[in-house]
Amino acid sequence: MLDTGENDQPLVSVRDLKMHFPIYAGLLRRRVGEVKAVDGVSFDVMEGETLGLVGESGCGKSTCGRAVLRLYDITSGSITIDSREIGETPQNQLREMRPTMQMVFQDPQASLNPRMTVEAIIKEPLDEHTSMSDAEKREKVGELMDAVGLNRKFAKRYPHAFSGGQRQRIGIARALALNPKFIVCDEPIAALDVSIQAQVVNLLEDLQEQFGLTYLFISHDLSMVRHIATRVAVMYLGKIVELAPREALYAEPLHPYTQALLSAVPEPDPSLEDKVERIILQGDVPSPSNPPQGCNFCTRCPAVMDICKTDEPVYREVRPGRYTACHLYNDNNDTAG
Amino acid sequence: MPDGALPVLDVRDLKTVFKTRAGEVHAVNDVSFALKPGELLGVVGESGSGKSVTMMSLLGLLPSPPADVRGGTVTFGGNDLLKVDAETLRAVRGGKIGFVFQDPMTSLNPVFNVGMQIMEPLRKHMGLNKRDAAKRAQELLELVGIPDAERRLTDYPHQFSGGMRQRVMIAIALACDPQVLIADEPTTALDVTIQAQILELMKELRSKLGMAVIWITHDLGVIAGIADRVMVMYGGQVVEHAPVKELFRNPQHPYTRALLKTIPTIHGERAARLTIIEGQPPIMMNAPSACPFRDRCDVAFDRCARENPPRYDLGDGHDAACFFDARTGGPRDA
Ligand SMILES: Nc1ncnc2c1ncn2[C@@H]1O[C@H](COP(=O)(O)OP(=O)(O)OP(=O)(O)O)[C@@H](O)[C@H]1O
Ligand SMILES: Nc1ncnc2c1ncn2[C@@H]1O[C@H](COP(=O)(O)OP(=O)(O)O)[C@@H](O)[C@H]1O
Ligand code: SF4
Ligand code: SF4
Ligand SMILES: [Mg+2]
Ligand SMILES: [Mg+2]
Repeated sequence: MLDTGENDQPLVSVRDLKMHFPIYAGLLRRRVGEVKAVDGVSFDVMEGETLGLVGESGCGKSTCGRAVLRLYDITSGSITIDSREIGETPQNQLREMRPTMQMVFQDPQASLNPRMTVEAIIKEPLDEHTSMSDAEKREKVGELMDAVGLNRKFAKRYPHAFSGGQRQRIGIARALALNPKFIVCDEPIAALDVSIQAQVVNLLEDLQEQFGLTYLFISHDLSMVRHIATRVAVMYLGKIVELAPREALYAEPLHPYTQALLSAVPEPDPSLEDKVERIILQGDVPSPSNPPQGCNFCTRCPAVMDICKTDEPVYREVRPGRYTACHLYNDNNDTAG
Repeated sequence: MPDGALPVLDVRDLKTVFKTRAGEVHAVNDVSFALKPGELLGVVGESGSGKSVTMMSLLGLLPSPPADVRGGTVTFGGNDLLKVDAETLRAVRGGKIGFVFQDPMTSLNPVFNVGMQIMEPLRKHMGLNKRDAAKRAQELLELVGIPDAERRLTDYPHQFSGGMRQRVMIAIALACDPQVLIADEPTTALDVTIQAQILELMKELRSKLGMAVIWITHDLGVIAGIADRVMVMYGGQVVEHAPVKELFRNPQHPYTRALLKTIPTIHGERAARLTIIEGQPPIMMNAPSACPFRDRCDVAFDRCARENPPRYDLGDGHDAACFFDARTGGPRDA
């Protein structure tokens, strides 16, 4: 897909997406505040590309992925998938869109029903969304099992009889059942052993090529994202702080948070390890129910300035194809005040 | 670390078997290693390779049945920990040997405040009174970098973030000035920036307190950054062991070589396709009579199916359990 030039067309467009969860407290369960899990993010996912979404635990990656697929009723914002606006579409009308967009989850153990056979798990979406005959469904399940490298003989087995990597293959086969265009992969390899991670990543790459898939690949593993992603978005406390093509981001991160994040990744080659300069961030990530004033990163940023504590930096394209939200990249200094 | 120094902890031929309904699981097979004062030994290996069971065996933490620590010696402070009475062992554990296990939520007790949990070993092992223990607990929290330590002593575990709970666990493990700290995947559940904080802290504490550390992880990058020596486990055995730079530059065991190739990096060359290790980990249902890696090894030959390779000494503190000599590209002499 990538070399056909088709990929400058966004398949998915997200604008100013917000997903706030209410916090209730007290005897009367009064609404006392909200968790701003995703707080105004905008990005495109191009046809056939893999957009990596990285950031630390709790920064809103999963919420963002689920919101884009409308697994939530979102707080506000616009989501266009395959030229259809679905930001405000009621859940019952989303049904016909569901086949186009699918999700693969982090924990292959928890996301598969333990009482269903592998065949039944992969077949379920076909039951729900197609009018195929039983024979057709069985054949389709067989093809899907072939595609993800599961032996067809295992069709009648239950999930517990499989290893973590195999369970993840079952989840991927199920996600592929309805010929989707867009798949959100939420930490699909986090629960797997290193040697198995590589197998699943290679499989995802093969399937992308074979079926022309577009991925939003959520991960906190920056080395793996460098391997699989076309472009990478970095989240911090509910916002995208930087988005850039893969090579540019890793070679020259612009946002101070991206810089700290990349410098913290342990380097397995000792000859390179000696050259890595670590930026050790102080303190913890603030609570998403009470984000700081100004820039969300100002409580930990090594480059913080006065303006950062009062004015929120605008997320914008600072160089061709490179987006960031940081006052260090203001063109002129008249933004203060 | 002086090279000739006597080890603080010396483990020889440790063997642990689990009795299950399906038969015996040979989880740890003749594992040997020694730890010198102040050094950090990294332990890597895929899930199920026996890393945790090795450490739990030597601390006497495995319930028996099903576990049976069937052989070996664990020399610490002039005693064999596998032979001493329960009382002595309890005094060593959490006293002179501190340990931290993977999941902080299961390791801290949610119903007691953090201060009480740090004070407990201080009162039990060091006989401190309440006031001194409280003072020391505060110092320990400060040592592991928790701001506002005095106030936080009365907080409960759920009031801390994951990274902070992990630091509290380390504070507890460090409470009695241990000579050895055993950390089993202590940063796996943490984010990279928090992990970097903890690794930095470990470096500082080792030079400050001179304690030796065993650090178990599946993250080779972490190992490269902090270990002096590395032990690679596969199928319940030590398959390779070397000083850290030597291991990364010059891996000798086919499993280590394959493992180093599977991981992508953020600094080096980006591979178009990730290398994978084909096949499945071994089922350890029998005492090993062949090389556990043979089904996945790309240089296996007939001998590998007949005998289990011993650890061959390759000089300069490097050894590998393999019949194939990667340096000559042929079989090792018998
Ligand atoms: N249903 C919910 N109700 C209230 N708060 C929620 C809900 N779901 C998520 N949150 C909060 O929203 C924030 C973002 O959560 P999210 O699961 O998106 O994080 P993440 O980036 O995927 O983290 P991880 O890397 O740990 O998976 C967190 O503070 C979380 O506690
Ligand atoms: N309670 C138990 N009963 C039976 N087998 C066990 C038990 N605990 C661990 N094992 C087995 O022992 C082997 C080593 O496990 P472990 O030391 O936990 O691996 P790791 O290297 O991932 O820490 C594995 O094959 C595991 O399945
Ligand atoms: S806006 Fe200011 S605080 Fe925020 S990342 Fe940029 S320099 Fe740091
Ligand atoms: S002993 Fe044989 S099978 Fe085992 S790792 Fe060496 S060459 Fe491979
Ligand atoms: Mg998540
Ligand atoms: Mg373990």
